[in-house]
Amino acid sequence: DDKLLTEPLSHPDFFNVKELFTLKDLFDARVHLGHKKGCRHRFMEPYIFGCRLDQDIIDLDQTMQHLQLALNFTAHVAYRGGIILFVSRKRQFCHLVESTARACGEYAHTRFWQGGLLTNAHVQFGPGVRLPDLLVFLSTLNNVFEPHVAIRDAAKMNIPTVGVVDTNCNPCLITYPVPGNDDSPAAVELYCKLFRMTIIRAKDKRRQSEAVEELR
Amino acid sequence: TLRLICTTTAVQRKNVGASGPEKYTEAFIKKQIEEFNLGKRHLANMMGEDPETFTQEDIDRAIAYLFPSGLFDKQARPLMKHPTEVFPEQRKIQWGEDGRPFHFLFYTGKQSYYSLMHETYEKLLNVQKHQDQLIAQDLPLQKEKRNLAGSRWLTKIELEEMLLEKVSDDDYSRFIQLLQKLVALPCADIEENYIRKFSKEVPVQLQKVVIEPLQYDERGVAFSTGEGSKRKTASATAVVYDNGTGKITVNGIDILHYFPVLQDREQLLFPFQFLGRTGKHDMVCTVSGGGRSAQAGAIRLASAKALRSFVTEKEVEFMRQAGLLTVDPRVKERKKPGQEGPRRKFTWKKR
Repeated sequence: DDKLLTEPLSHPDFFNVKELFTLKDLFDARVHLGHKKGCRHRFMEPYIFGCRLDQDIIDLDQTMQHLQLALNFTAHVAYRGGIILFVSRKRQFCHLVESTARACGEYAHTRFWQGGLLTNAHVQFGPGVRLPDLLVFLSTLNNVFEPHVAIRDAAKMNIPTVGVVDTNCNPCLITYPVPGNDDSPAAVELYCKLFRMTIIRAKDKRRQSEAVEELR
Repeated sequence: TLRLICTTTAVQRKNVGASGPEKYTEAFIKKQIEEFNLGKRHLANMMGEDPETFTQEDIDRAIAYLFPSGLFDKQARPLMKHPTEVFPEQRKIQWGEDGRPFHFLFYTGKQSYYSLMHETYEKLLNVQKHQDQLIAQDLPLQKEKRNLAGSRWLTKIELEEMLLEKVSDDDYSRFIQLLQKLVALPCADIEENYIRKFSKEVPVQLQKVVIEPLQYDERGVAFSTGEGSKRKTASATAVVYDNGTGKITVNGIDILHYFPVLQDREQLLFPFQFLGRTGKHDMVCTVSGGGRSAQAGAIRLASAKALRSFVTEKEVEFMRQAGLLTVDPRVKERKKPGQEGPRRKFTWKKR
């Protein structure tokens, strides 16, 4: 059992997430497109490549690195049987995110976030609830263009976060930010596909390793 | 759980109210069902009856015999019922042994409501895709009009019962709006089975008042009776004969003698005058109770009821709209304590 858990940690890319996407895929899915110059958040300036005709362009090299780290981390969490919660408050992609979560066997929350969900869980759900071990944000802002409450709550409850941050978002409290577009359908579909493939891959690998261990 | 340091005993006391209603695990309910079945067999043996054919009514009778209780409230008496009736049907614990919840929308709080919205939206997308395919193939879109008049959507309480959790007014209205949007699309016939789960048929309630046919007496003259007419403690019955001269008898006395006042006689004549049959019918009526005006009103209603059989349906509708067939609900209002009459208060004195 110990060997199952320690073996993936020795490799830098045990689940080989690098082969899931290329820079061209990101470019074709319009991930590099940001918002206009006026919407730019101060803390997103390091991630921005440049500005063309008032529209910010996100640096895809940095996005590649951040995305690899994020996918690697989700794969490890899924391998250890952790609960992953997909959060997004974009109404266009609510159905897509929920279907992705259902396909992975993980959980989703694309609806109105009640205040005490994470911080007051024992009262809201009942004693003995297990909180999510990872929050994945497909869009960090809520419908009023303010940072989602779940970022702050996850930081309070020591839950690691992975989030797609756009040029108008605050990447501060997110553990694995992924600078990229969160408004285009093509980009969000690409993210959903990538997360789904990593989680399924990690779970399959876990089942294989357990079967191999049992055979011994 | 956190270990509490530097707190008073008041904080460490269990907050009974905050945890909500007691939740039962599946294993607990199963054990209760086994105990109930075993107890049922023991009871049957005690009463000397066959354990196999011991019904719920037998159980109730046996318990009432063995534990006689004089309590007034039936629900306070000793009870032995199947656990599914005793323990309210509610959410059992939603997660498995490893802590992972069963439903993928568990962390939203309202899992069944949101999963319902998710499914309905999926049906909507399906219908739109089907529509796009038909347009691409240049086929005509089906436009069969669904009968909207005879059906209604589920009420909020029925939806709550279906989902086993509380639904707020906003959520309910949003769900109904989504359903209406789905139904409004031309190709919604594909998902009819799904929509039928949420619509109920309203039975058309037409209280057709049966108009009694004419009866014929020994001489061959047609007559009809108007019964059970009341007006302010007066009740009357009227028998209206055809081929008459317009003679009206009340309790064996002619109306000129029984009702000296013109107003009462006008009330009696009104139904005949309205239909234009003033000289064509005879009437014999009996009346009791009430006062002068009340008896007149009662006989008017009785004669109108009787005249329905002589007249076409259109004229019956005219009579109904004129108010000849409606029972006057006005009665004497009771006197209240602290006041002189039903409305009149005592004289107000400044000092």
